[in-house]
Amino acid sequence: MEFMTDVFGFYFGTFLVILGQSLLVIVLILVALAFLMYADRKIWAAVQMRKGPNVVGVFGLLQSFADFIKYIVKEVVVPAGADKPVFFLAPMITFIFAVVAWVVIPFDDGWVVSNLNVGVLYIFAIGSLEVYGVIMGGWASNSKYPFLGALRSTAQMISYEVSIGFIIVGVLLSTGSLNFTAIVQAQSGYGALSWYWLPHLPMVALFFISALAETNRPPFDLPEAEAELVAGYQVEYSATPFLLFMIGELMAVVLMTALITILFFGGWLSPVSWLPDGIHWFILKMLFWFFMFAMAKALVPRYRYDQLMRLGWKVFLPLSLGWVVFVAAAAQFEWFGGFYVRWAVGG
Amino acid sequence: MTVTVNKVIKRFLLWDFISAFGTGMKYFVRPKATINYPHEKGPLSPRFRGEHALRRYPNGEERCIACKLCEAICPAQAITIDAEPREDGSRRTTRYDIDMTKCIYCGYCQEACPVDAIVEGPNFEYATETREELFYDKEKLLENGARWEAEIAMNIQLDAPYR
Repeated sequence: MEFMTDVFGFYFGTFLVILGQSLLVIVLILVALAFLMYADRKIWAAVQMRKGPNVVGVFGLLQSFADFIKYIVKEVVVPAGADKPVFFLAPMITFIFAVVAWVVIPFDDGWVVSNLNVGVLYIFAIGSLEVYGVIMGGWASNSKYPFLGALRSTAQMISYEVSIGFIIVGVLLSTGSLNFTAIVQAQSGYGALSWYWLPHLPMVALFFISALAETNRPPFDLPEAEAELVAGYQVEYSATPFLLFMIGELMAVVLMTALITILFFGGWLSPVSWLPDGIHWFILKMLFWFFMFAMAKALVPRYRYDQLMRLGWKVFLPLSLGWVVFVAAAAQFEWFGGFYVRWAVGG
Repeated sequence: MTVTVNKVIKRFLLWDFISAFGTGMKYFVRPKATINYPHEKGPLSPRFRGEHALRRYPNGEERCIACKLCEAICPAQAITIDAEPREDGSRRTTRYDIDMTKCIYCGYCQEACPVDAIVEGPNFEYATETREELFYDKEKLLENGARWEAEIAMNIQLDAPYR
């Protein structure tokens, strides 16, 4: 950092450092994404006693790259009545917002592109903006199915954002900070037992399920539901724009696994005190939660739309709201001997 | 639908998901049901009815005597036969066409054949790129017979005790 600012001057040097860090994160995540997509398909296949992709490369490891090339070289079909600028803006919005969310995720102590003090708020803002990709894509296609699909998706994503918000507020009340690094550091102490999953146990399940719905994953993949509801807002998309939607969605899934890891499972902290902390724990925890996402896809039948809405507004919202009240009380009056309150910054 | 305390507790503990996860993991480690198709193939019964073939006797003489029983019995009317006496006076086909796009693979032709001339062999990988390639003539059928004779003879032998 100092070397760069000395050589290139303060502003340009800082710019170069940030650019390098961002590129590193983006490239690593995109490569990881290719293999995660492969892992997703393999896990799904294994549960159904299938083999999954196994032709391209050793054990089919290069399947995602073959798919990538296929999407790139295919023809981009644009419907005649489509609003062209918006039509192409929509997948870019989905993709870009999925990428930029990663800047506040700390992979290890200090390994974060931008250590924002309002990291949680930032993630919220970006997550809300991602809905625009969906609704713009559905609207710009100028076709009935994508439009209805987009409305469906939008309603779903907004509904579950509400409960995700309240769940995170519980964690924030315990920590007293909106900074992701501070949230992780507040969970250090007695290894796995001092992570937030224990005091916030019911919310872990709620967050997991809400994350499934928020990222349009099965069993809440009503936006796509390609078998019965056609592919929702993606109907008119093909080739590269479709690829961008797909990468954006998968990246949102991986972001959710990162969020679960940070909020409830101590980020890069080691589960036992005699092993060193580090990024490997972060990656292992993320992989575990990605496995759970993939298993949920393989196991649970798709929800009906009214069930989805009922679950979101009549079950998750009251539960998470009640939990916020409970945690607030527990933190204020220091019930359970500070179990729920670990002021990381100030107090 | 009655809501019992038990049900409510199970629902809040995500019991369905947990038990499904157990089942899923049980299947996760089971041997795969999939076979690597072009490299591995599933077993075929000796009675399997695949691509047609016209057989010859071991001395090279055509088995078909142009009795047209197969043409008569064919429910899809996929078979067309023309016949006239050969120079040596024996009755032979001059034309033996099967429209494979009409054929329903019922196997009646091989059942009807008194000399085991027309048979449905074990081959099922004869997809073509054009429709015309599926209009088989006598030459193509005899060529199939030459190519698959070993398998066909084995299958007939294996199935003989049950006929």
